[in-house]
Amino acid sequence: MSAQVNQDKRYVMAIDLRRCVGCQTCTAACKNANATPPGVQWRRVLDIETGEFPDVQRTFMPVGCMHCANPPCMHVCPTTATKLRADGLVTIDYDICIGCANCVMACPYDARSIQHIAKYAYGVPMKSEEARFEPERLGVATKCTFCKDRIDLAAKTGQTPGVDPEVTPACVNSCISDAMHFGDIKDPNSNVSKLLAKTEHFRMHEELGTDPSIYYILDGEEA
Amino acid sequence: MNEARILDRTVPRQQQEWDIKGALNFILGGAGSGLLVAAPFAAMLRADPRPFVALGLVLVAGGLFSVWLKIGRPWRAFHVVRRPSTSWMTREALIAPFLFAAGALGVFSGAPLFILVAALLGALYAYAQARILKANIGISAWRRWSCVALIVVTAVVEGVGIVAFASPFWPSLAPLGFLLAALIVARYIAWTNYIADLRRTGAPKGTLQAFDVFAPRFLILGHAAAAVFALIGAIGHYPAALALGGAFAAVGGALFKYTLVCRAAFTQGFSLPRTPARGRGKPGPGLRPGWEPPQAN
Repeated sequence: MSAQVNQDKRYVMAIDLRRCVGCQTCTAACKNANATPPGVQWRRVLDIETGEFPDVQRTFMPVGCMHCANPPCMHVCPTTATKLRADGLVTIDYDICIGCANCVMACPYDARSIQHIAKYAYGVPMKSEEARFEPERLGVATKCTFCKDRIDLAAKTGQTPGVDPEVTPACVNSCISDAMHFGDIKDPNSNVSKLLAKTEHFRMHEELGTDPSIYYILDGEEA
Repeated sequence: MNEARILDRTVPRQQQEWDIKGALNFILGGAGSGLLVAAPFAAMLRADPRPFVALGLVLVAGGLFSVWLKIGRPWRAFHVVRRPSTSWMTREALIAPFLFAAGALGVFSGAPLFILVAALLGALYAYAQARILKANIGISAWRRWSCVALIVVTAVVEGVGIVAFASPFWPSLAPLGFLLAALIVARYIAWTNYIADLRRTGAPKGTLQAFDVFAPRFLILGHAAAAVFALIGAIGHYPAALALGGAFAAVGGALFKYTLVCRAAFTQGFSLPRTPARGRGKPGPGLRPGWEPPQAN
């Protein structure tokens, strides 16, 4: 099964695992940008410790929705709430989703969550939480959007996602070690195309045929 | 490689979204659709198929009602029919009204044609349920054809098992014990093939542990005891034995689906082909924590 979308652009993320220091700033930036409730993290950083003393190693791996070009979540979605845009973003229409969780099971990246009741950091809502509460997100699937409002803004302003911070996902903007990069992989001159051309990288669970849009860099030239 | 010390959600974890209410769609829906498939066999043995068709419809409806209670936005439930092109959940929902219509016509008219059409739609419904699971590739235990085969054959075993359970009311159903025993053997083959498939291709440790705990009960009560009682009932014309065999077979199937959905369904987790070289360090070996590696043939 493959997605039949004619893509003129495809926004992807390239994450240099050599540079990520596991500071979780991207996680915090995502929560701030998207007002996700406690327990819901659209961007998180895995902390993997391997080896045996004294030869131990830690690897930090930011994960989230991979915005697959062949998204299993979209294929199983019975309502058409999950869609693949022409620019490669996988979106959820909260007004159509019924919260069946079929997509949660279909996603091999553990990227989706459903919150059935409102949750607040301290039990009762703070003013900031009240102000940013979005009732349409209750009882439906939610996930990383690649900050699609910013991507959409680029179409109006002519700015370049991944280059201009106003139209770049919050997590990429926030990265303190320049590990995260964002751009259009269909453009051979984009920052990510150039970076991926000179590095060794992999994509998570490619063997499942999802064609994910997050590339993890392991070796090669630095950005 | 030393087992990695894993933090956060790197390892596969048990899915939490589909609880018993979600599982009941497969437990009741599978048994109900299997009962629709089994009803014509009851008719061939001079039993009235209509109570079985009626019960089958009630079970399917119960499964759908249960999952309706589970979804986040129940009042939008009819949106479920919007993606027939790829979603097996949509296809399941589209089969259901035809299944209820054919079944209801069969119950009220008694016409064999409607009973047969309901049986065919029951088979399709069970298949659609199996494909719902297979399409969910985030769950290793579900995304395989061996799981589809096991779900479908389990549905038929449950249906025939429930008909066999009614044999004290229709002693003419005694020969059904042979069919039930044969189907139990088929389910055993499907089960062993499924478990072998999991071990051959590799699976989350939690999945294999859940099935390791479940397997002895499933094999002894759901297969061995069920088949023995079914054959005793068929050969000796003991309706009580046949009923017992049917009950074991049906309950075993229900417990299997509960285990499959609620206990053995682990997420994919994350893996690395190798660890990156950080600073002056060297790259390390790859890892796939929480997984039982594929077994060599």
